[in-house]
Amino acid sequence: MRSDPADYQLIAPGRLQTVVSLLNEEPGKWLPIAGGTDVMVQYAAGKLFSKKLMSIWNLPELQGIEISPDEIRIGAGCTYTELREHDAISQEFPLLASAARWTGGIANQNRGTLGGNIVNASPAADSLPALLAYDAELILVSVRGERRVPYPGFHTGYKKMQLAPDELIQAICLPRSFSGHLHYARKVGARNAQAISKVCVAALGRLRGVAAEGATTGSEIEDIRIAVGSVAPVPIRLTEVEQMLKGKSIDPGLVQLARKMASAAIEPIDDIRSTAKYRSAVTGNLVAEFIEQLGQPSIEKIA
Amino acid sequence: MMSDYSENQGRCEFPLTVNGKLETVRVYPMERLLDVLRHELGLTGAKEGCGEGECGSCSVLMDGRLVNSCLIPALQAAGANLTTIEGLADGPQLSALQAAFLECGGAQCGICTPGMILASCHLLNKKPNPTLDDIREGLSGNLCRCTGYMQIFDAVAKAARLRNPA
Repeated sequence: MRSDPADYQLIAPGRLQTVVSLLNEEPGKWLPIAGGTDVMVQYAAGKLFSKKLMSIWNLPELQGIEISPDEIRIGAGCTYTELREHDAISQEFPLLASAARWTGGIANQNRGTLGGNIVNASPAADSLPALLAYDAELILVSVRGERRVPYPGFHTGYKKMQLAPDELIQAICLPRSFSGHLHYARKVGARNAQAISKVCVAALGRLRGVAAEGATTGSEIEDIRIAVGSVAPVPIRLTEVEQMLKGKSIDPGLVQLARKMASAAIEPIDDIRSTAKYRSAVTGNLVAEFIEQLGQPSIEKIA
Repeated sequence: MMSDYSENQGRCEFPLTVNGKLETVRVYPMERLLDVLRHELGLTGAKEGCGEGECGSCSVLMDGRLVNSCLIPALQAAGANLTTIEGLADGPQLSALQAAFLECGGAQCGICTPGMILASCHLLNKKPNPTLDDIREGLSGNLCRCTGYMQIFDAVAKAARLRNPA
C-alpha cells in the first residue's frame, strides 16, 4: 500500500544545531532524510515506520570534502557524484570512487549520500567495504558535541549500529596512508549497471620495501586488508586470511591457499540475488585475483 | 523555509521554477515531486514506472542535476529550478536530442522516452562529446523494454554530433 503524504510530517530545519536539538528532544521519533534514495523507496512501499521526517539534504554542515595533511574529511551529505568526481578521492581512495561509480544510476548518484549509505546499513552497500579497508573514522554529532569513532566495529549486526537515537553522522575521515598500496575493487552483480552486489571486495596490499611503481616480484607482503560486502550481515574484513598472508612471498601456492581460506572464512546466505555457494566461490576467486595482482605490481591498478 | 514544527503540518506553499516559469504550489511536504508535476502542474511527461528509483522514467533535471522525481519529497524541491521534457522544445522546434530520438527510432512505446531524453540532456551538458561507454553509463539508470537501447545510443551520439559539429 502506498503511503498517504497527509500522514507524514517533513521539516527542513536548515541548520545542524536545530537538527540535533530536535533529535535530542524526541530521540528516535525523527527520521533524517538526505537524498531520499532509500527512505523514499520505503515510503513508496508504505513501509516507513517514522511519520516525522527531517530533511538534512543540503545541510551546510554536512557538505564538502576537506583535505588536510593526514586525512580527507568527507561531509556525510556528499553525494556519490561528488565522490566519484573528486580528484583526491579518485587518486588516493580509488576503492571509494569505484564504489560511488557502482552505486545506482546517475540520478541516484546525484542524490545518494555517503552518510546515508552508512546509516541505511545494507549488507550489500558498496561503499562500506572500502571504508573498512581504509580504516575510516566517523564523526558523530549530537547536542552533547562531537565524537569520533572507528568505522570498523560501527555496524554491529544487520541494520544495527553504534549510533545513538539523537546522533547524526557528520563526516567520514580517511587517513592518507595508502599511496604506496595496490588498491583492488571488484563488484559482482547480475549486470554491470545499478545492480545490487552478490559479492563486493575492496582490498589493499603493499609489498615490503617497494613503492607501488617499479616494484619487483617475490617481495613479502607487508600490509594487507581485504574487506568483503554482501557475504554477512555487515561488511567484514577477512582477518584470518590477512594474518596468513602477512610476511609471505607471493607464489601460486600462496594464491591457492588464500583462495581456499577466503571461501571458507565467510558464511554467506542464499537470497534473491545469489547463493551461498556462489558467493563463497567468487569471494575466493576475487581474493586470489587480488593476491596475483599484488604479486605483479607492473599491472595497472584496476580499482 | 519552515518555522512551525507542530504535529499537524498540513499542506505548505512554496515556489518552484519549472521550465523557466515561476509556479507556486500548495502540497503536502512529503508529496512526491513526480505527483506535484503531474497532478498539480499538469506536466505528465515524467512517467511513473517503478516508483522506487530503479527505472528512470520519472527523471527530471533539478537545479541542473538528473534526479528521479519519484524519490524527491516536494519540500526538498522548494525553490528549485526544474526542467521536464515539456521544457526542451522551443514551440514547434524540437531540441536536437528530441529530433535525434525521432530520427533514430529511439522512441517506441514512449514511457521511458522523457526520462531517457533528460538523462541524455544531463550527460551532454556534462560531456558534450561522449564515448559510447559514456552514453551507456549516462543512461544506465533508465530502463527501456522496447528498443533494445541501440537506437537510443545512436540518437544520443547523433545529437552530440549535431550540437558539436567537428
